[in-house]
Formats: sequence, C-alpha cells, structure tokens
Amino acid sequence: MKILRIFIVLFMVTNFTELRSDETNDALKNKILKNIRCLICQGQSVYDSESDFASSIKFIVDKKTNEGLNEEQIYQFLRKKYGDWIIYDPQLNKNTYILWLLPLLLFLFGGAIIFKKLNNQK
Amino acid sequence: MKNKLSLFVIAIFLSFCFVIFYKGLNTPNNYTPKVSEKKNIPNFKAKDFDSNNFINSDKIFEENTFYIVNIWASWCVPCRAEHPLLMQLSNNQSIQLIGLNYRDNFNNAQKFINEFGNPYSRILIDKDGTLGIEFGAYGVPETFLIDKNKNIIKKYVGPINQEIMNEIKLIIK
Repeated sequence: MKILRIFIVLFMVTNFTELRSDETNDALKNKILKNIRCLICQGQSVYDSESDFASSIKFIVDKKTNEGLNEEQIYQFLRKKYGDWIIYDPQLNKNTYILWLLPLLLFLFGGAIIFKKLNNQK
Repeated sequence: MKNKLSLFVIAIFLSFCFVIFYKGLNTPNNYTPKVSEKKNIPNFKAKDFDSNNFINSDKIFEENTFYIVNIWASWCVPCRAEHPLLMQLSNNQSIQLIGLNYRDNFNNAQKFINEFGNPYSRILIDKDGTLGIEFGAYGVPETFLIDKNKNIIKKYVGPINQEIMNEIKLIIK
C-alpha cells in the first residue's frame, strides 16, 4: 500500500512538472508571436491574425522552438528573411537610434529646464 | 540674447518634429518587401509532389543553370493569370522552373496542373507554408529568380506579367 502511494505521488509530481514545462513553452511561443508583425494585415500581430502568412509563421515558430532555438535566435531568423519591420520591438541600429535616444534626450532636456527654473526661484 | 536662444532652440525642435511627421506621412506603413537584395537559397528538405519522397535543396538546385522558384496554389486566382507565361518560360533551355505548391489540397493541385499544363521541372509540397517562409515569401503567387551561384537575385511579389517576363529573359540570356 505504501509503495502504491509512493508511486502515485511520483506519478503526479512528474506529470505536473511536464505540464508546467509545456505551459512555459506555450507562454514563450505566445510572447514571440505577439512580438511578430503580420506583414499582410494592418496593425495586427501574428498572434492575433488568422491569415495564411500568420499561420505559417506560427508553424515556423513552433518548429524553431522545438529545434531548441531561443527567442532572440527566432527573431534573428525572421529578421534575416523579412528585415527589422517584422519585429515590433525594434533593435538599436543606425535606423532606429533616434527612436531610442530621442525620449531620453527630451527627458534630460526637460529635466535640465526644470532644474534651472527651480534653482533660479531659490 | 537669452530669449533669442530659446526661440532658436524651439524653432529647431519644431522643424525637427515637422520633418519627422512629414516623412512619416509620406512613408507607407504597410510592408514593402525588398526585391533586389541578394540572398542565398535556404537549406531545406521538402516533399516531392510526384514521388512523395523527401528531397534536399542541394539536389533540387544541383545543375549549373538559372532557376525560378514559383509559389502557387490551385485556390489562388492570380496564379491562373500568370500560368500561361510560366508555360512559355518553361520552353527556355537556360532556366528551370521549380514550383512550390503552397498550402494546397493535393487533388486540387493535380487538377490545376492537368487543366493548365505543367511548366515545372519539379514541384515541391509546402503544406504548412513554412517552406515559403524559408524563402522569405509572404503570399501567393510569388516568384524568385536564382542565378548560377545559387543566389536569389530577384523577387517578384504578385503574378508575373509580360514586363517581368522580358526582364527575366534579359537576365538569363
């Protein structure tokens, strides 16, 4: 009886672990799909789209994650095929450095003005 | 002096914003594929339409000739429009046509070929569309011109027309 209990506990533990691993994998796939732009639909991610293109991308993401590629490697693969436009989250490069640096510059500029005004008031 | 400097900074900032928004308005926000970028053909394994056996890309593009990879499907209406031109191109000895049957039903594809003729030296089955993704395709029909060094030198999105045919003939001459 005791042995049976141990078996049941072991069975449950191993199965739940598997379930958790699947859930993590699905969460990663969904995260990746939400960050990929559907190129033939306006303003939709691959995750939201039901188009043939989106469906093919879903297959390829599934295939690549099963092959063991990580998130960045999958983005890299898609960038190579379609360019930066396919990824919602743009990388820092010569085409996007204004996009990345402008908010920071504006923040610093605004901060400097406020700092100066406050100093003048004192 | 201080006011002048502030005005100057504001004017520069507003001009900058104007240029950014003006450029943004004139740039289409839908995807425009790069059609003239040289890329190597991808390495892949695909199912042959006739034999149903898996075949490696090295075996498909082994001859020292130009290749056309044409993505088609029986359900695709523009594919019917370009088909006579592909039939015409298949008579040219300096090029081989490879068909990529995209997300199609086998029987329907077979009927399509029986009805309109077979311009392809080999047809590959792309049941889930992943082969098309390997080529960087995003729809159907789409055509890739591959040179003797196995580089994709041209990508034609949409159906082939007479103008494109003339261009291809000029390249492979």
